[in-house]
Amino acid sequence: MAGWLLALGPAAVFVYLLTLLPSVNQGIIGTQTMQWFPQLGVSLSFRVDGLSILMGLLICGIGALIFLYAHGYLHGHPLQGKFFCYLMIFLASMLGIVTADNLILLFVFWELTSISSYLLIGFYHESDESRWKALQALLVTGFGGVAMLAGFVLLGLVGGSWSISAIASSELSVPDHALYPAILLLVLLGAFTKSAQWPFHFWLPNAMAAPAPVSAFLHSATMVKAGVFLLAKMNPILGGSWLWTSLLVGAGMITMLLGAVNGLLQTDLKKILAYTTLSVLGLMVMLLGLGTDLAIKSALLFLLGHALYKATLFMCAGSVDHETGCRDVRKLTGLRAVMPATAFAAGLAALSKAGFPPFFGFLGKEYVYKTGSYLDEFSFVILAVAMATNIMLMALAFKAGIHPFWGGKTTSDLPKKPHEAPLAMVLGPVILAIGGLLLGVFPGVLATPLMAPALNAVAGHPVEFSLALWHGINLPLLLSGLTLLGGFTLYAMRRKIWIRVGDKPPFRYSFDALYKGIFDGFIAIAGWQTRVLQSGYLRRYLLIIISSSALLLAAKLSLFIGLPKQFDLFEARFMDWSVFILIIVSLGIIVFTRSRLTALFAMGIVGFGVAIIFILNGAPDLAITQILVETLTVVLFMFVIFRLPAFRNLSPQRTRIIDGCFSAVVGLIVTLLVLKAQGVKIAPSISSQYGEWSYTLAKGKNVVNVILVDFRALDTLGEIAVLAIAAIGIFVLMRDGVGKRKDPKS
Amino acid sequence: MKSIVLNVTARFLFPWLIVLSLVVLYRGHNLPGGGFIGGLAASAAYILYILGPGVGPARRLLYFAPETFMGVGLLLATASGLGGWIVSGAYMSGLWLPAFNLPVLGSVHLGTPLIFDIGVYLVVLGFILLTTFSLVEADT
Repeated sequence: MAGWLLALGPAAVFVYLLTLLPSVNQGIIGTQTMQWFPQLGVSLSFRVDGLSILMGLLICGIGALIFLYAHGYLHGHPLQGKFFCYLMIFLASMLGIVTADNLILLFVFWELTSISSYLLIGFYHESDESRWKALQALLVTGFGGVAMLAGFVLLGLVGGSWSISAIASSELSVPDHALYPAILLLVLLGAFTKSAQWPFHFWLPNAMAAPAPVSAFLHSATMVKAGVFLLAKMNPILGGSWLWTSLLVGAGMITMLLGAVNGLLQTDLKKILAYTTLSVLGLMVMLLGLGTDLAIKSALLFLLGHALYKATLFMCAGSVDHETGCRDVRKLTGLRAVMPATAFAAGLAALSKAGFPPFFGFLGKEYVYKTGSYLDEFSFVILAVAMATNIMLMALAFKAGIHPFWGGKTTSDLPKKPHEAPLAMVLGPVILAIGGLLLGVFPGVLATPLMAPALNAVAGHPVEFSLALWHGINLPLLLSGLTLLGGFTLYAMRRKIWIRVGDKPPFRYSFDALYKGIFDGFIAIAGWQTRVLQSGYLRRYLLIIISSSALLLAAKLSLFIGLPKQFDLFEARFMDWSVFILIIVSLGIIVFTRSRLTALFAMGIVGFGVAIIFILNGAPDLAITQILVETLTVVLFMFVIFRLPAFRNLSPQRTRIIDGCFSAVVGLIVTLLVLKAQGVKIAPSISSQYGEWSYTLAKGKNVVNVILVDFRALDTLGEIAVLAIAAIGIFVLMRDGVGKRKDPKS
Repeated sequence: MKSIVLNVTARFLFPWLIVLSLVVLYRGHNLPGGGFIGGLAASAAYILYILGPGVGPARRLLYFAPETFMGVGLLLATASGLGGWIVSGAYMSGLWLPAFNLPVLGSVHLGTPLIFDIGVYLVVLGFILLTTFSLVEADT
């Protein structure tokens, strides 16, 4: 029941977005802004333009069907509720990405989708492999996300605003700015990692460890399109330059070819689909890189068409896996007899993907060829690469959508006895597949109102929009025909390819292996660093902490060259001299005594000496605190001192001399600091101001206390929180550390 | 090594030391003192009690676990800033009742910084006693 109810939420948003469509078609763009961090320019500002609506409709429409599908797919799974929760978080964050108008807000939603994707890929968390793959996806997309944040910050500084629409509509031309290459590269890192573009493509096939609804929703229809969406959104701001075109076209081309070729070598149903997704993402990135109005139009056609047929195919593949327990296409044949509805949906989707008229997929392919043939330069290269990819994509579409259901006779050696999937799992694929057909048959009535405002938003200027299936006999039609022919041939050869490839991984050296190398390298460095810094010897810790702080102080101190301010030794009073001698003598006792108790008391005397100095210089609060702390320290030490082993000198003479020199140097640095601090003024002193405000603003005469509980109360709050945390640490250390060591003996 | 003198002295001094710590806490806003010093003084009283009658009686005299003191203290300190947030828009800005006169104490100013200081007092007391109890009870 849960899935049916939860599907109502996205469905309602879907309907709401549909009602916005007419006004967006007239050029009215809805905005909504709330303050979040006004000081930082971060606001909860949302803007619904044509592209947002197109993406929003995809997210909510497919999302609602995915909830239904997951209801059937994970029926009876103990963690189904958790799954729905993650899925809903993802859906909301994805809607946030496509509607956010503030750069920082967009980043926040972006990261939220990465995190929910991590949780969803690793849903089968008992499996080691599944966790590893989830972490890989998170680290790769997270790395890109951080780079993108840096790019956004630069863009915000250059553009003078955090609002994307404000930057886009300003007079400023970002591509002419000196920082443009940095901005572009950083933002592209974000988009390429999210949309799995080469060389970050490897995480997407690995993400197939997720349950089928996740693969259908996140890793084909929506989340991986977030990168493409970002590129489309940034096109009016960052697009059009030579660098933009070459990077996008280059990465896109490599990804589309790489994905398609890899797909041919796969035998796992979900892996095949994952590689075709990769290929289509590359195609869209390439089209956005070309940047002509036609190219953007084709990219958007692919955006919509691909979401429809790929989500369908993924859901069908999930159903096949669910009902037969097998995903190996070599074993899956002739399932149409037992799973007619799934076979129907998969067949329609495969035809759309293969680019048969009158399916919507045909339009995408046709317009890609049209884009290529209208290019001024490199027309032939683009056309050739696009055609090679499309031929392979068509063969793959048949392999994943036709072969398991129609190719050959029904096989019997399957882990489960196959039967039709339940209604909840059939509804989604069938609706989406029919949607893909209807959009293709009635492009003017159904597809145009969806696509026209999106095209305007991406192009950044109004563009005439029309769609038709029939353009007369021309070059694109010819190429489409050749593609179908090539695709059929390649599909017919599928069994030969499988025999050649076998079960071996197709490539020995891969970016996946590189990722593992970098990952292991980081772990090794972290391990080495931990062993060096956290050796377990208290003396080593103290050495590191004290020497690094002394070094930092010395570095800062060296900025103020010159002797400290002159001071007169004879100015010192009798009391000062007495305290000085008291402290020096006690220090001597601490260093040279062989009794811990004596050292402890001498340390107490040093502390009291310092307290006397405070009193002499008119700081009673400090003095009281110092006396109390010293007393308590001595008493607490007393409690433990009897438990320590007898005092023995274990360090060799050399270590002692080094330690002595070290202490002397640190002492010297601190002394210099104290003496210099008198003479150096970096900022005007605030003490007199605090003294005045203390009574007028905070109604207290004791400035020290007023600072603690009023002016800087937040600091104090932090400090007492640290106290509480430290106490818990000590408590655990004493209970577990001491207790455990005793247990084995007794 | 039970000392009768220490035992009796601690029992006698304990209430006075606690009262002293509260006085120090209260007067902190205008004279040397405050939550931190007050908390230290109260802890000193308890430690004296541990040295005299022992850790068990000292725990009983605390009524609640030291963790509870820290928790309540943090809660008070955090909550004391909420009033200012609602009234003046800035977290931790002080709110004061009008001054009134009481016998012995004289003119009394009550405000949210005092609540904050009480929180500090409780956290410091809880921290030192948790540490001390852990150390003293570790070998039993």
